[in-house]
Amino acid sequence: MLGYILKRAISLIVSLCLASIIIFSVVEIAPGDPASFMLGINAQEDTIAALRAELGLDQDKLSRYFSWVSGMVKGDFGTSYTYRSPVSDMIKERIWVSLPLALYALLISTFIAFPAGIYAATQRGKAGDAAVMGATQFGIAIPNFWFAMILVVIFALKLRWFSAGGFVEWENGILLSLKSLTLPAIALALPQASILSRVMRSALIETLSEDYIRTARAKGFGKKAVIWRHALRNALIPVLTIIGLQFSFLMAGAIIIEQVFFLPGLGRLVFQAITQRDLIVVESVVMLLVFAVITVNFIVDVAYAVVDPRLRRRV
Amino acid sequence: MFQSKKIIAAGAFALFAGAGLSLSAQSDITVAMQLEPPHLDPTSAAAGAIDSVLYSNVFEGLTRFASDGSIIAGLAESWDISSDGTVYTFKLRSGVNFHDGSSMDANDVKFSLDRARAEDSTNAQKALFSGITDVAVVDNTTVKVSLDKPNGSFLFNMAWGDAVIVAPESIEGIKNNPVGTGAFTFKNWVQGDRIELSRNPNYWGAKPALENVTFKFISDPTAAFAAVMAQDVDVFTGFPAPENLPQFEADPRFQVLEGSTEGETILSTNNKMPPLDNVKVRKAIAHAIDRQAIIDGAMFGYGTPIGTHFAPHNPDYVDLTGNSNYDPELSKKLLAEAGLSGGFTTTLKLPPPSYARRGGEIIASQLRAVGIETEISNLEWAQWLEQVFRGKDYGLTIVSHTEPMDIGIYARPDYYFQYDNPEFQSLMTELNGTTDPAKRSSMLKKAQRIISDDYVNGYLFELAFTTVANAKVRGLWKNAPTQATDLTGVSWAD
Repeated sequence: MLGYILKRAISLIVSLCLASIIIFSVVEIAPGDPASFMLGINAQEDTIAALRAELGLDQDKLSRYFSWVSGMVKGDFGTSYTYRSPVSDMIKERIWVSLPLALYALLISTFIAFPAGIYAATQRGKAGDAAVMGATQFGIAIPNFWFAMILVVIFALKLRWFSAGGFVEWENGILLSLKSLTLPAIALALPQASILSRVMRSALIETLSEDYIRTARAKGFGKKAVIWRHALRNALIPVLTIIGLQFSFLMAGAIIIEQVFFLPGLGRLVFQAITQRDLIVVESVVMLLVFAVITVNFIVDVAYAVVDPRLRRRV
Repeated sequence: MFQSKKIIAAGAFALFAGAGLSLSAQSDITVAMQLEPPHLDPTSAAAGAIDSVLYSNVFEGLTRFASDGSIIAGLAESWDISSDGTVYTFKLRSGVNFHDGSSMDANDVKFSLDRARAEDSTNAQKALFSGITDVAVVDNTTVKVSLDKPNGSFLFNMAWGDAVIVAPESIEGIKNNPVGTGAFTFKNWVQGDRIELSRNPNYWGAKPALENVTFKFISDPTAAFAAVMAQDVDVFTGFPAPENLPQFEADPRFQVLEGSTEGETILSTNNKMPPLDNVKVRKAIAHAIDRQAIIDGAMFGYGTPIGTHFAPHNPDYVDLTGNSNYDPELSKKLLAEAGLSGGFTTTLKLPPPSYARRGGEIIASQLRAVGIETEISNLEWAQWLEQVFRGKDYGLTIVSHTEPMDIGIYARPDYYFQYDNPEFQSLMTELNGTTDPAKRSSMLKKAQRIISDDYVNGYLFELAFTTVANAKVRGLWKNAPTQATDLTGVSWAD
């Protein structure tokens, strides 16, 4: 087990190093100078030069790369060019929107997908199965920003149960904050739930055709008992993989949903930073997201080994 | 099982729905706009969003813009101009305090002006201060500003958001905690979401009716529409979706204000790039353009046609649209005269705003009709600044010049459209040295004619400024003589 974890950890570190190089080079190559962007079209050359010096943009790229990486290792993500506040503070603020939103969406997605997937698997080939499959097809097909707008039209404009967007900070009450994240979370969760239901269904169907299930049934276990005690646990591996991927996607992929609901999350931060050429913010947030994705995958890998002891020996 | 989950979900919906937000009191207001300020120092960035939040609300200058664009007294209650026009003696209001309690006096004015014109200044409009040779403190409430030569626009320049008075005591943290002298004090900034201001109880002038002000930043046009419709916000200034305005106009809950801006939207032309260096070719382009089709198609009818680089609401404006009326036949004839009867191809580089992206498509088809092919490329602002503005690597581009009274840019031969006309340049020098209003007026009119006759750029339309607000809100600025959301005179009707 320990050797397995060690191997995974080394691959994690190598991936992070490669990612930092790629991110830095791509962002630096992209055209556009942050100083001239900030000062606009009437700025004089000497003013732009003064601002470039103030921001440290006059140093060479290699030394900027190393100071960025060494700062990050110490938890210092640098100072935003435009906002002039520490990037780590900005991320900390935004993560309190993005992380709960991702978890909330994941929770909704799982709560829908598990029962739907199990139900479809047990009803295989019957009308219930067809209904679930049809619904998930629909859920995958519709773009989530469009679904988000429909939610806004129904629940904010017509029924007026929710605000059209915006985030109520946690200090004002958890319920209010959760309420403000509800529509975005549903919009994010729907496609994920559809995918997850399908994975759940096919994984369970596959397990249900295994010999040991037949043996269990032959021993006199009821259909429900077999599903709960034997099939479900074995069907979880592909489902866990998808949940891991979905969580990373939800952390990084909420940019459009955050725009539609004007939520001050990480996605919106990156979006603004890209248009303002706030390079250091773009680099640091993207790096953080890469870190989150790789770490989640690492945790999922370890979780496999816990669920399936055979994996510990195989790798 | 699936069924019961559905019921739980519905229950959760109802639970959250019950916890509604309380209605805000009628002395509070939420104002939304599209762009968030990058930071809160109006004296070191070009971002108009900074002024949109802070101008006149938090920060004030020696002079200021009134809602009609005229220049009135600000922190200076009066001034004397020496007979040769080079020395301005400002008499400051007494008893004015900054929000941190420190007093605003002549030393703060000296500090602010010296800081803006210093060598390491990062003021985006440093040129406004370039003529200042000395700022002297005479006494606590008197400042003497000396100029190298007479400057007829000096009081106008001092009204800009980039020329507001700041204090040395609070300059360090100004980017995140602005301390000014205005009627509202800065309270809180939740980055990515909103900025909160509250009434300054010690304000020197008339007390504002509003107590708490929240500026909210909603960049997505669809989200903007939803936020106003759901009445999450009371006012949306610079509403980004003109196609939805008729819907608000028809709804008694809302009022729509259509005002003018200082934004001349032009088809900027690279005057040094062949064949655009030929005035006949530029004239051909000007006559190939149907302005109304662009206003209708790209701006849903909002915008005023212009024939030169000047705001139509300005008393000195000359309507020169007839100089470049829509006449594709004349356009083809001019191209033939220039030896380009087969047409030519050039680039059309478009920045992100919808006036450029939508307008660009329409202009491309209008130009194609007379034989001019354009290669359209869509650029982000940072790319546009680098390639077009600084690199001058373009044939045509569309951009709205939002700075007030900026016809002077045509006197800069290194400016991105590279127009180099000594006659115009000497006229501008003369204008800067003239303070007599009648003479200035005739010079400004002449300047408008010169650039129109030279067809420097394709003059399209003056950008409209549309605000959607709750029908009960009073006192909002209709026009935008500068980027500002002056809330000092705003109130709720009973």
